[in-house]
Amino acid sequence: MRALCWLGEDGLAVRRVPDPELRNSTDAIVRVRRSSTCGEDLPLFAGRGPVLSVGDVLGHEFLGDVVEVGPGVRRHRVGDRVVVCASVACGNCWYCRQGHYASCDNGSAGPAVARWGQPTAGRFGHPPAAGGFAGSHAEYVRVPYADVGAFAVPEPVDDDRAVFASDAVPTGWLAAELGEVGPGDVVAVWGAGAVGQMAARAALLRGADRVVVIDRYPERLRSAERHVGAETLDHRAVDVPAELWELTGGRGPDVCVEAAGPTGDDAEPPSLAERFAAATRPGTAPERPIAVREAVHACRKSGRVVVLGTFTGFVDAFPLGAVVDKGLTLRAGRQHGQRWIPMLLERMARGEIPTGHLATHRLPLDQGAHGYDLFRDRADGCLRAVFTP
Amino acid sequence: MARMGRSTWGGRALARTAGVLAAGAVAGATAARALPVPRWAERPRAARDARPDRWQVVTVDRPPEWVLPGGRWPEPLRRLGGAVEVALRPAPGGRGTELAARPAGTPLPGMAAHVVGDDPGPLLRQALRQVKQLAETGEVLRADPSPLDGPQPSHGPAVPG
Repeated sequence: MRALCWLGEDGLAVRRVPDPELRNSTDAIVRVRRSSTCGEDLPLFAGRGPVLSVGDVLGHEFLGDVVEVGPGVRRHRVGDRVVVCASVACGNCWYCRQGHYASCDNGSAGPAVARWGQPTAGRFGHPPAAGGFAGSHAEYVRVPYADVGAFAVPEPVDDDRAVFASDAVPTGWLAAELGEVGPGDVVAVWGAGAVGQMAARAALLRGADRVVVIDRYPERLRSAERHVGAETLDHRAVDVPAELWELTGGRGPDVCVEAAGPTGDDAEPPSLAERFAAATRPGTAPERPIAVREAVHACRKSGRVVVLGTFTGFVDAFPLGAVVDKGLTLRAGRQHGQRWIPMLLERMARGEIPTGHLATHRLPLDQGAHGYDLFRDRADGCLRAVFTP
Repeated sequence: MARMGRSTWGGRALARTAGVLAAGAVAGATAARALPVPRWAERPRAARDARPDRWQVVTVDRPPEWVLPGGRWPEPLRRLGGAVEVALRPAPGGRGTELAARPAGTPLPGMAAHVVGDDPGPLLRQALRQVKQLAETGEVLRADPSPLDGPQPSHGPAVPG
């Protein structure tokens, strides 16, 4: 089959790779209809986090048709159109039974000693050596624990909308859950990408009084206003904390959501630690949690700060003192889509969660490398490039 | 098999077991042999963690009688025979069973020693993890083939277009 592979210094390219096969009784094989780029992929290319091997297939946010099932699969049949949660969880361990699927004990097939000492859910499009599974930017994907992680898509939700139920929509929902967003809350979201927009939408659906999305790309801010119904702040044009305090009566937002990731901001000078790392250990600079810092500073006392961004290691200059003095609750995590996707698909079918606008660039898989260029550079107003094999 | 209560085990103790366990022995007789094994919380980390004979422990979200069906060691621990020492106790909060293993004091026989090497920790952790997966999901999750496992996909033909 054809698949978009990481080729090391040669970048990305579509190559022919072996078709996936059933390897466990609860596997299914899915023929991919749509597969989306995601910000989580970019650190992999940059060599941060789990190390890719040349030839690894990328992509984790997808939907498709079931073409083969193992003897242990009960809920799916050949021909089902399914969206597949981006993470792999068993559904049977203690964490899964609590609904914390992202912390699944049995979802990774990697080494017995995981990166942070404890295994977490597996992930499509991540290195097999790190517990991940082959990615979805391909014609076919093997889906472990198919009864747990694959969900039939209701007819009203077309492919271009449904694909985001795999990751972006449940990740946004996670933010509202972790932030315990409720009626009357003012919520600020850093990042107007797909996840930030879905976090804003989830907050509104849970009854937030006002939701403000912050970004530095005007087209993304317009998208958040138009499709999600959020207010917006242009990070380049205003003093964000001052604006947030003003519009919250000097309190600060009740809930602050970071959905920007460790993106650099040229306007912020490097910290002492960053300069030291650059001078002494090139390539080991800590990640820059610029939006997290701002969220901590802006949040009201006793408020909640939720971190969604793809941080892979250590960060520098984290204002822990502010967290303590202000009595903040800091929460973070990966989404538990296995818990929420059916509910989210119903909401999408009712039009409560718009996602069609996120697929700004629909491309054939053969143009996958170009799609990632657009996505990485935010070029041409790209929110997400979505591939069709 | 009676469920092993925390009080039966004196709170902190693990039951040491070896080889085949009689069902009744798990609940009763071994209580008398309960030993105060790993006091994890009292151990500083770092240097002592490198001890090759330390306990490797996993929590299995199933009751003890499920983890040791019929009082027998589960696979793949059973295959390690007398080379390892196995212990278990109920996990607090209804979270199943804490299953521990460490190398037995006797030197490993030839091939086993070759396989295990100087540090049996990874092998034991892998074995415990497989026990856990078998108990919780019924099978061991298999990885996708890595491109490093065989013919390199990247060396395959470029797709025209």
